[in-house]
Amino acid sequence: MTFLSAGSPLSQPFFQHALLAGTSIAVACGLVGCFLVLRAQVFSADALSHVAFTGAMAALALGYDLRLGLFTGTIAIALLFGTLGREARPDDVVIGSVFSWILGLGAFLITLYTTSRSTTDGSAGVSVLFGSVFGISSAHTATAALLAGGICLVMLLIARPLLFTTVDEAVAAARGVPVRLLGHGFLAVAGAAAAEATQAVGSLLLLGLLAAPAGAAIRLTDRPYRALALSAGLAVLEMWAGLFASYAIPKMPPSFAVMAAATAVYAATFLVRRPTTRPRVGTAPPVGA
Amino acid sequence: MLSADPASPAWSWDLVGDFRLMWSYPFMVNAFRAGAIVAVVSAVVGWFVVLRRQTFAAHTVSTVAFPGAAGAVLLGVGAVYGYFTLCVAAALVIAVLRGGGDREESALTGTVQAFLLACGFLFIALYKGLLGGPQAILFGTFLGITAHQVSVLLGVSVVVLAVLALIGRPLLFSSVDPQVAAGRGVPVRALSVVFLVLLGAATAEAGQITGTLLVFALMVIPAATARTVTARPAASLALAVLLACAATWLGLVAAYYSPYPLGFFVTSFAFAGYLLALGLRALHGLLGRTRVPLPAEEAAR
Repeated sequence: MTFLSAGSPLSQPFFQHALLAGTSIAVACGLVGCFLVLRAQVFSADALSHVAFTGAMAALALGYDLRLGLFTGTIAIALLFGTLGREARPDDVVIGSVFSWILGLGAFLITLYTTSRSTTDGSAGVSVLFGSVFGISSAHTATAALLAGGICLVMLLIARPLLFTTVDEAVAAARGVPVRLLGHGFLAVAGAAAAEATQAVGSLLLLGLLAAPAGAAIRLTDRPYRALALSAGLAVLEMWAGLFASYAIPKMPPSFAVMAAATAVYAATFLVRRPTTRPRVGTAPPVGA
Repeated sequence: MLSADPASPAWSWDLVGDFRLMWSYPFMVNAFRAGAIVAVVSAVVGWFVVLRRQTFAAHTVSTVAFPGAAGAVLLGVGAVYGYFTLCVAAALVIAVLRGGGDREESALTGTVQAFLLACGFLFIALYKGLLGGPQAILFGTFLGITAHQVSVLLGVSVVVLAVLALIGRPLLFSSVDPQVAAGRGVPVRALSVVFLVLLGAATAEAGQITGTLLVFALMVIPAATARTVTARPAASLALAVLLACAATWLGLVAAYYSPYPLGFFVTSFAFAGYLLALGLRALHGLLGRTRVPLPAEEAAR
């Protein structure tokens, strides 16, 4: 059914916008997510996703553009997390305490927004929480695609030193890699990616776009660059599958369809035999290929 | 949500009169009772969460209460069953599938969380008739808590606390040093599964009052505050319970007198306490350092 109707949605402007924005955001999230999983910082991303909600609500309550609040909030809090922890790797308990309060602040701001500006739409909170990719306008699409391109470029530029830092921080520092700066920079990029993804799948669900393709890619391969490419590719495919499925079945929200596709792929990797992580003597035979 | 009220009651500085008026409403009395129960259970469970550094798992288990409640509403059964079913189920999934190391676990936990939240969104989209949108489930409401709900909460929390008391000692041992505990014959893995199930039950319970997004605050912040103040287990546990109760009750009073949601006040009071504790500790450290310079520092100069 999805396949048969796949010809027609491409002629719809709203679908074209959703596809363009969704694809670029998926590539950015796939790249960032891969490093988040490798560095075991998924919880930071979880925190940033909730901060995105508060940032957007603050911007709406004060009467600014929603995206301004999104980016300012996530990048500022990402840098704060960086300074709170040792070597730009924040402590989970501190993150938890900070972001749960920020979320409470979001609850306050959403009430402020819906009560004080009663003429504006009351569903803004829901669309920030759960995303509205089909409602994205052409101007917003262009900005989202450009920003996502910028995030990808930065990720590709810092990929090598960041990987070095991730694998062995002490050796990287000794070799003159700016470990702290990289940690902060990566967190800021993760914040920007979270703000981007909020526009596509919503702040509550963007964690799936960051964690699921990356988790699947890392289960499938042990080579970091291959994992990076695979993660971005899987994210794009899942985004497409979700968008087309949601177009075919209008009752299904696109955010749910994307998450369902991402989770299905991740669950499928549990069926594939896991590549051995144990070091073997001699050349390791390819497993599960 | 309270914001629907045309006018909030006014605070009159006559404390006895204010409290008498507030407690003349049965729903406020129930809210205070439920708040106390929830605060005690969350603080005790949260203390172990902070000790075991399982904040991400705790946050995931707490957020999945949302699809539970939404699904129960869609199916037409009581939301209580939805809360408990899904929270305990998510806890079991995380407990069973984990074990692949730190990275694996965090990716798995994140995926479980995002997928279940997406399911909740699907349920909401299918149901359409939810009054006031999903915000009451997400951010909490203290209106309309019935006496029956309070007794259910009490029953569940007694069970959770009893089990925790039973496994408290070995759990503490295995949390502080899992390898030594395993060496001494403590069933570390079984304890971890039991603890996650207890966590599921506790969050399902608390989520009905504070909202599913803010349970986590009630678990982590008081425990984190208590652990910055004192390192002794018994004292910090007691302090965490006290702080959680204080934040909840103060939050209830503030929410009663204002149009803003309960969750905001509870998290704000708890976080203010945390900042205060951090500030006091920093001040203490600073004063201690200026007063008594260590011999090593003297020598270095």
